Amino acid sequence: MKSTAAASESGRRAPVPAPPAEEKETGLPMLHTWNGVYLAVFGCFLFWVSLLYLLSVSFL
Amino acid sequence: MNALDFLVVIVSMVGIAAYGVWKTKGKRNLDGYLKGDPSMQWMGIGISVMATQASAITFISTPGQGFDSGLGFVQNYFGMPLALILISAVFLPVYRRLNVFTAYEFLGRRFNARTRLLGAALFLLQRGLAAGITIYAPAIILSTVLGWRLDLTIILSGCVVIVYTVLGGSQAVSLTQKYQMAVIFGGMVLAFVILVVKLPIGLTDALTIAGGCNKLEAVDFSLNIQKRYTFWSGLLGGFFLSLSYFGTDQSQVQRYITGASLRESRLGLMFNAVFKIPMQFLILLLGVLVFVFFQFEAPPVFFNEAAWKARSVRESGSELRAIEQEYAQAHERKRERMIAWVEAARAGDAPAEARAREQALEALQRSAAIREAGKAALLKAAPQASSNDADYVFIAFVLKYLPHGVVGLLIAAFFAAALSSKAAELNALGSTTTVDFYRHIVKKEAGDAHYVAASKWFTFFWGLVALAFALFANLAENLIQAINIIGSIFYGVVLALFLVAFFLRRVGGRAVFWAALGAQLLVFALYFTLNISYLWYNLIGCAACVLFSLILQALFGPDPESSSREAIQGCR
Repeated sequence: MKSTAAASESGRRAPVPAPPAEEKETGLPMLHTWNGVYLAVFGCFLFWVSLLYLLSVSFL
Repeated sequence: MNALDFLVVIVSMVGIAAYGVWKTKGKRNLDGYLKGDPSMQWMGIGISVMATQASAITFISTPGQGFDSGLGFVQNYFGMPLALILISAVFLPVYRRLNVFTAYEFLGRRFNARTRLLGAALFLLQRGLAAGITIYAPAIILSTVLGWRLDLTIILSGCVVIVYTVLGGSQAVSLTQKYQMAVIFGGMVLAFVILVVKLPIGLTDALTIAGGCNKLEAVDFSLNIQKRYTFWSGLLGGFFLSLSYFGTDQSQVQRYITGASLRESRLGLMFNAVFKIPMQFLILLLGVLVFVFFQFEAPPVFFNEAAWKARSVRESGSELRAIEQEYAQAHERKRERMIAWVEAARAGDAPAEARAREQALEALQRSAAIREAGKAALLKAAPQASSNDADYVFIAFVLKYLPHGVVGLLIAAFFAAALSSKAAELNALGSTTTVDFYRHIVKKEAGDAHYVAASKWFTFFWGLVALAFALFANLAENLIQAINIIGSIFYGVVLALFLVAFFLRRVGGRAVFWAALGAQLLVFALYFTLNISYLWYNLIGCAACVLFSLILQALFGPDPESSSREAIQGCR
């Protein structure tokens, strides 16, 4: 943080540091990237909505 | 409630609070006091986030909502998973890398000091007022049905939460939330199982009746904006509401910026993104099954039985007593027709089932009409009484039909939910006052011990404010709605401050500060002149602030005050 702040004070654009390893790794089996995790969560959302919709139409 | 129930309530509530204080005693480090356990894993973070959001009203009122209106309310949570994904991907990494204590510190680094103070002040104003209601709302229901004194219920539950939040800080809040959630889930699951066992018909038959009475319409894709709950309003409105609540409200931000790593915080949020919808569905389904249960078991005319009995036993209560008798007779007819419907459905005779269903629904309408007449008669006898008894449905069922011990566990669950959300609120109010105002303006250079002590005093102060507000709330009407209105008036502008900070990198502090003030004034002006649902002010405040920021930035030009913007960009 200090280096980037110092860089902006001197008028230069701060170099964008590479994200730390912990930001890239999920540590989950099969879901190795965070985009994969978000996609899986979105899939869960669609799954719940589909189940709820099925329940709605099954007992009309 | 008997002695066993009281024992369960006291042991679980006081025991968990005492354990939290004992386990965290001697913490003098500001980081530990305000942020909590630095080694916390994703499950602990996820439960803490869930416990903060789920107040006692969630577990008392939501089944009543299911009883009254069915499953449609679950759609309100459809925007939440998407908002949590955005927070996890964009907001959270910045909060963690800047190592902030509060979300408003980020506004200070991205824009300037006055924008930070504006964000923090809006939070304190809104959350400080809402804090009283978190104690008051469940207390009024519990004290009414249990026959306890309202002021003592408020003071006792308030004192317990103040003691362990002040002494243990964020770490005690997260630790106690874990056990409080265990009590809540244990109680609710047990209530669900006992209810299903007590139903005189099978689960499929129960769902047939619930579906036939329009209680299972969980998803509605219609574009009718007059309807309160639809897929689209839940997705859009729920997204903005969740984004502002989880992304900018310190009571939530404080729960997930702690933890062993960014990974743990992210997984904690994703835990909520996956499980919140099914959790709300099951709570609503509990209410729907209570509705089916009362098609066979005689329900009271009015579920706030204390209010009803107070008037019906009087000499002037003859009208209410006559309605009671009429309602009991109508229930008997309805019960017979419901049984006929179930038998026809089981026989697989479609025309006979359709006829039986029609007759059962007629009987249901007749009962409902008598119930409405009962409410009107009660209001006539006591104009100050509320005709809405949905909040009392589940607790009335618990007290009358569940065995002793389980009743105690459920009452403990309601109190646990009240304490867990209250503790997180007090913790956030104390932290924001200390970090964004006291340390930032009053005393800039001091040791950790000094700031921990200050934070304890501020938490104590906010606890007293909440207690006083809850006690005063006894005198006011429509208070819950008033708090929701206050929230909607401020939430939109606070969310816009963060959206501009994250996504409109060219906008500087000067532009966004004046834009926020202008948007807030616009919301105030519209609130006093327009007659629209208060929920729209979330969107209006947010859109106005973003638009004003862009216009003012174009007028003001580059802002030298916002040079730290580069630092934020460097982090991303």
